[in-house]
Amino acid sequence: MDETPYFEVSMKKFRGLLGACALLVGNVAIAQVQDMPGGPRVNQLNLHEGVTSIARDAVWLHWMMLSICMVIFVGVFGVMFYSIWAHRKSRGVKPATFHEHLGVEVAWTVIPFIIVIAMALPATRTVVAMKDTSSADMTVKVTGYQWKWGYEYLDGAATGVKFLSTLSTPRAQIEGREPKGQFYLMEVDKPMVVPVDKKVRVVLTAADVIHSWMVPEFGVKQDAIPGFLRDTWFRAEQVGTYRGQCAELCGKDHAFMPIVVEVKSQEDYDKWVDEQKQAMAANADDPTKEWTPEELIARGEQVYTANCVACHQATGKGVPPTFPPLDGDKVVLGPKAEQINTVLRGKPGTAMAAFGGQLNDVEIAAAITYTRNAWSNAGKGQDPVVQPSDVTAAR
Amino acid sequence: MSSATAGHVSPGHADHGHDDHHHATPTGWRRWLFATNHKDIGTMYLIFSFVMLLEGGTLALLLRTELFEPGLQFFRPELFNQFTTMHGLIMVFGAIMPAFVGFANWMVPLQIGASDMAFARMNNFSFWLLPVGGIMLTASFFVPGGATAAGWTLYAPLSLQMGPGMDLAIFTMHILGASSIMGAINIIVTILNMRAPGMTLMKMPLFCWTWLITAFLLIAVLPVLAAAITMLLTDRHFGTGFFNAAMGGDPVLYQHVFWFFGHPEVYIMILPAFGIVSAIVPAFARKKLFGYASMVYATASIAVLSFIVWAHHMFSTGMPVTAQLYFMYATMLISIPTGVKVFNWIATMWKGSMTFETPMLFAVGFIFVFTMGGFTGLILSVAPIDIQVHDTYYVVAHFHYVLVAGSLFALFAGTYYWLPKWTGYMYSEKLGKLHFWSSLISFNVTFFPMHFMGLAGMPRRYADYAAQFTTFHQIATIGAFWFGLSQLIFLYAVLRCYAGRGERAPAKPWEGAEGLEWTVPSPAPFHTFETPPEVK
Repeated sequence: MDETPYFEVSMKKFRGLLGACALLVGNVAIAQVQDMPGGPRVNQLNLHEGVTSIARDAVWLHWMMLSICMVIFVGVFGVMFYSIWAHRKSRGVKPATFHEHLGVEVAWTVIPFIIVIAMALPATRTVVAMKDTSSADMTVKVTGYQWKWGYEYLDGAATGVKFLSTLSTPRAQIEGREPKGQFYLMEVDKPMVVPVDKKVRVVLTAADVIHSWMVPEFGVKQDAIPGFLRDTWFRAEQVGTYRGQCAELCGKDHAFMPIVVEVKSQEDYDKWVDEQKQAMAANADDPTKEWTPEELIARGEQVYTANCVACHQATGKGVPPTFPPLDGDKVVLGPKAEQINTVLRGKPGTAMAAFGGQLNDVEIAAAITYTRNAWSNAGKGQDPVVQPSDVTAAR
Repeated sequence: MSSATAGHVSPGHADHGHDDHHHATPTGWRRWLFATNHKDIGTMYLIFSFVMLLEGGTLALLLRTELFEPGLQFFRPELFNQFTTMHGLIMVFGAIMPAFVGFANWMVPLQIGASDMAFARMNNFSFWLLPVGGIMLTASFFVPGGATAAGWTLYAPLSLQMGPGMDLAIFTMHILGASSIMGAINIIVTILNMRAPGMTLMKMPLFCWTWLITAFLLIAVLPVLAAAITMLLTDRHFGTGFFNAAMGGDPVLYQHVFWFFGHPEVYIMILPAFGIVSAIVPAFARKKLFGYASMVYATASIAVLSFIVWAHHMFSTGMPVTAQLYFMYATMLISIPTGVKVFNWIATMWKGSMTFETPMLFAVGFIFVFTMGGFTGLILSVAPIDIQVHDTYYVVAHFHYVLVAGSLFALFAGTYYWLPKWTGYMYSEKLGKLHFWSSLISFNVTFFPMHFMGLAGMPRRYADYAAQFTTFHQIATIGAFWFGLSQLIFLYAVLRCYAGRGERAPAKPWEGAEGLEWTVPSPAPFHTFETPPEVK
């Protein structure tokens, strides 16, 4: 009966080993990953199928190029590996002495030239189509910020609708304290919404550095360049949600500013536009109203969380030296004028953006008031409360 | 000075004429610090570039460690971006470029029958600038804010936001650029003036030809890089606004100027590799290089075309349709002379009598894997496809196929090929083969899955990624560590030769090798070709 405990022990060891292997191969969260609708599939091997003609053209062009290249590859390396097999010294081959042949040289210059022309022709058609942003049904202005996207509807029923779109994946998932969701890093609080089967012209710019607006299912990738306007277009042919990410290195949170576009039926889109308009009317901040400190601080915390934490951190400690702390900062505790000016106009040469164009006076006043009353700043500095009218005056 | 007498009156020896061999070889630190001998300087270049390869490689492994799983585990994204940027800068300017200059220093005088490089003291200076640059660049990790994190392309305006690490990077680029320009001048003058009698240009080994053309590229484009980064510097500190729209500048201007340097730079890193492979394939096929003249013309046309294709790196900036079409067509043309080279190498192998020692393995590996990078390059030239995969892992895969399996494999091939000449000892064939197969397989394990990720839309320079990409990232990370560790085999194999272990090498260890370098003893004596050889 001595064997039984030994057997049990070895089984336990064996199970432990299996468990360790399973952990190595992929942890539990990863084992459950599913395809992301509108985003990448698990272990996707090729381009997205696409819901626009341009994206489908790219898929077709890629298959064409890949097929031609594969044929040449197999041909050329078939010859090489045959030669490696057949023309070895160990097989007693005596080397030939030829070392040039004009006809062959001309042939393998001219034939590739013809192949290249054959490749260029269909590509040309798509390039011309891609660049044709004329006669669009609607125009949306997209602005890249460090590190979020801003959308503004310039014409049509939604004229004036304007919002910022930020990553909605919780910090805890990124830091590994919670399992990662299906839409990890490719989900936002407010997606861009467009109607199906309409030519949408996208006009892009950026507020700070160059970003790039990419939605693979649309076949669209266009840099957003500060101080310049660029445009591109798409006509989504299927209702659904489509996801992309920023494609131009833009600083520390480059990986954390995704793009989500909801394509809705015309009816649903109209409904969405109505909701936006109503919400805008309800939320209209009255900059002339005198706000209580409590109201400003509560509102300011929201504004701070949406716009300032990425750099200055929730603790107000920043990430020195690039992103200075606000907790105990001279400007935050000093007279209000300088802080208002900094927030409105940014600080050239640093990462501090000008928020004058992104936020309204109430939001700016609230955020400033919040920083003057948060952390260890409470009760310390001069001017603890900044009213929207102060910001209006400083503009 | 006629080319026939050039070898006798190289600077520093002018007073002594033929008396040189009565002097003892300089010893101790003076030999290296005051080095004017092309072989010593070449060796120092190669050591420096290998040290930088290890540093850049370590950074790459740190990146791959963070990317093993989605989420942020080891490094903050700020630091991750510094690693990406410095990995690129160190590999391009610290590892690959100086390694080829090291090869040129060692082999160009030996291959053309010259006694040394034309400007021996400038040669010393251009080498000793490198450690200064290397130390400055590495030190930038430790300044406030850390190293530059703007990507190796240093795009404005992101690079304008960086801390003092950016200024150190700019100065480093200036210094390394000055070093490269001096090296290039030296190589051009050496090749044009100091060839042995009878060594006409069209009789030169192809390695000298590719380096001659590369040197002209360096002189043409490094000042352009210097201009671009100087404009960054003045934008950062002296109130100019070249790249600031608010002051009438344009951020995209930086990209145009940078890539006007950057695209020829790609060929600076691959043309000498073509030269090395063109020396090795005939040697081990025991058959003359097929189409020598067309190889020279193809190299020259690649160099010329490299100046007129730069904006294919910028399709997503939103150029006008005509510009997109022009740059697409011009880029596609490059595949033609590149194809000619591949066809010529294979025609050289055809009906040869081949053996596969390590240099040949690396050369054939180069042709095979580099061509895959060439094909993805052709696919990328098609603007609508490029728009989909620009700034994704597809591009990362593409340029590692041409830069690692291209340039680096050719450097390994050349090292094994000429190591007997440098050290006087044969490397261990077993170690060499192990190094080759281990590198080839792990390279593909690392980079092949990146094509899939890129096609599926995984952006590059990301510290974190959607969980759907996990498996391919994990394969890439495993491959990267395997590849990195494989290079220790190389280090050991080379050090073994320098330590004098292994068989003694004859003057010409390769049966089919041709060229003047095999007419001098192994190891090559301190001074060679003091009397220029006659070339018939």
